[in-house]
Amino acid sequence: MDISQGRGWAAKGDGSHTVITLFGDWIARRDGIEEGAAGRVLATGAPALAFEAGGLGRWDCALIAFLSTLRDGARQGNVAFDEAGLPMSARRLLALASPAVPVPAPPPEMPFVSRIGRWGVSLYAETLEAAALVGGTGLRGIAALRGRSPMRGQDLLDCMREAGAAALPIVTVVNLLVGGILAFVGAVQLRRFGADVYVASMVGVAVVREMAALMTAIIMAGRTGGAYAAHLATMQGNEEIDALRAFGIPVFDVLVLPRVLALTAMLPILYLYGCAMGVFGGFVVAVATLDVSAVSYVAEIRLAVSGNQFVLGLLKSLTFGALIALVGCRVGLAAGRSAAAIGRAATHAVVAGIVGVIVLDAVFAICARALGV
Amino acid sequence: MPSRWKLQVEGLAVGFGDVVVLRDVSFRIAAGSIFAVMGGSGCGKSTVLKAMIGLLRPSAGVIHVGGEDYWAADDARRAEIGRGFGILFQNGALWNSMSVADNVALPLRMLTRLDEAAIAALVRVKLSLVGLGGAGGTMPAELSGGMRKRAALARALALDPDILFFDEPTSGLDPVTAKRLDDLILELRDGFGTTVVMVSHDLPSLFGICDDGIFLDAGSRTAIASGAPAMLRDQCQQPFVRAFMTRERPPDDGEASP
Repeated sequence: MDISQGRGWAAKGDGSHTVITLFGDWIARRDGIEEGAAGRVLATGAPALAFEAGGLGRWDCALIAFLSTLRDGARQGNVAFDEAGLPMSARRLLALASPAVPVPAPPPEMPFVSRIGRWGVSLYAETLEAAALVGGTGLRGIAALRGRSPMRGQDLLDCMREAGAAALPIVTVVNLLVGGILAFVGAVQLRRFGADVYVASMVGVAVVREMAALMTAIIMAGRTGGAYAAHLATMQGNEEIDALRAFGIPVFDVLVLPRVLALTAMLPILYLYGCAMGVFGGFVVAVATLDVSAVSYVAEIRLAVSGNQFVLGLLKSLTFGALIALVGCRVGLAAGRSAAAIGRAATHAVVAGIVGVIVLDAVFAICARALGV
Repeated sequence: MPSRWKLQVEGLAVGFGDVVVLRDVSFRIAAGSIFAVMGGSGCGKSTVLKAMIGLLRPSAGVIHVGGEDYWAADDARRAEIGRGFGILFQNGALWNSMSVADNVALPLRMLTRLDEAAIAALVRVKLSLVGLGGAGGTMPAELSGGMRKRAALARALALDPDILFFDEPTSGLDPVTAKRLDDLILELRDGFGTTVVMVSHDLPSLFGICDDGIFLDAGSRTAIASGAPAMLRDQCQQPFVRAFMTRERPPDDGEASP
């Protein structure tokens, strides 16, 4: 007597046991899986299941899915499950598809207060580490200048070339354009008062005091700070830093110091170069589009820009350079060991570097005002 | 009945510019067999694999998959043939941003028209086949090395492939875990009748499960021996192959130390 059937199977039974005849192809990708098929067989209420598979064609996981659901259901309902009629290969796979090893449970979620506490502790630890990094750089830097550091001169020169000369093209382009843009924007306002010639002093002061230092630092945070973090994070992942530590070679002197010294030394030089480029950009725009002669532009710049402003700019660049390099190295050394950690470290270093530079710049602006510079 | 050869490679050559990576490699893989691509480091084992799975176009030679010229087919047809491949990459190559179950489900969602219920049922059975029945919800990062390999194997099985490719399946696994994986590969081959191609230099694994294979040589950039690994160990006339299969130094070993 037919009890139930579906695509590829038919169940016949006499009340004491049910024989399921399997026929045709069972291809998951093409035919899908018949939902609830196993449930319908079990619903017949037979106390024993057997199989007849003479007409079975090609089959894949679709058949195994059907059989394993049926077997698990039968096991739960204390129905005998006789697999003797199944092809040997299907029986082996069925044996393989038994409920498996328990998987470790994820750690329980932390209560809110604990999370705040943990956050506070990690913030404290991070502040300590950052302070140690700054202090260490100072001490080791002085030692290095006295020639008492294992830092290799070649490393320092490589870092200086990478953070200095190699950055010239992008520093040129950005500062030229910033100078030009300032001249354009200034011209629109100044022309209304017939004060075209003052565009030179505006560009000069803005570039020397703010923009050259700030823009160059932002470029270097993106370019060099990110690269430092990515490089150190890669070394971390390759266990290169562990290898240095295991030899007892001071990681700080070999990896951090040359980078910090190089960028701190190079950024002021790039700043001066950026000033020249910015002033030149403004010059091109002013002479080309405004009623300003080349001679009067230069004369006006010399009047407007004082030495103090260069000192302020240089001081800023020095601090920005140290900040960017320290942030890059710190983030790189603290990175995880996976490939994804390298990308995260680079992003983190760039963001922290840029935000840090802008915050520091604001602090400088306030101090400069208080000092009347 | 189709030909008993599932994969036939004739005169395969791969090169980049003037650099020859492989030359004139030919072999045939019987349907339902476990075939090993063997050889020392840098001999081009992985290159052969990449040419077979469509990641690297050969500079010469023909690869027939089930009688069809794989590289002569257009991109769409090649992708269609490729759906019959399941590939287990060396480090698993699981998509880390997705749960294990989603890793297995993604090919089914993207490449079939099955509904979610059917996909869920298939994912469940595939994970239970590799012994990860309860692990569908876990993220790849939470799994051990052996479990990652199993999860990747479940993903390779997602579309019920005709041919399974393994790139160094047992590398980085301890001997017991490696043996378990070997047994699993055997069980799956016996159950589904899948053809298996594995790139490996793990000797116990090669002797344990492989029916046939070729041996590539780093110097001549081509195959210098073929046959079942155990046969190569016992009968091969090539001193380097014998040395490799018995983990000895070859008689004319010029290198003072590795």
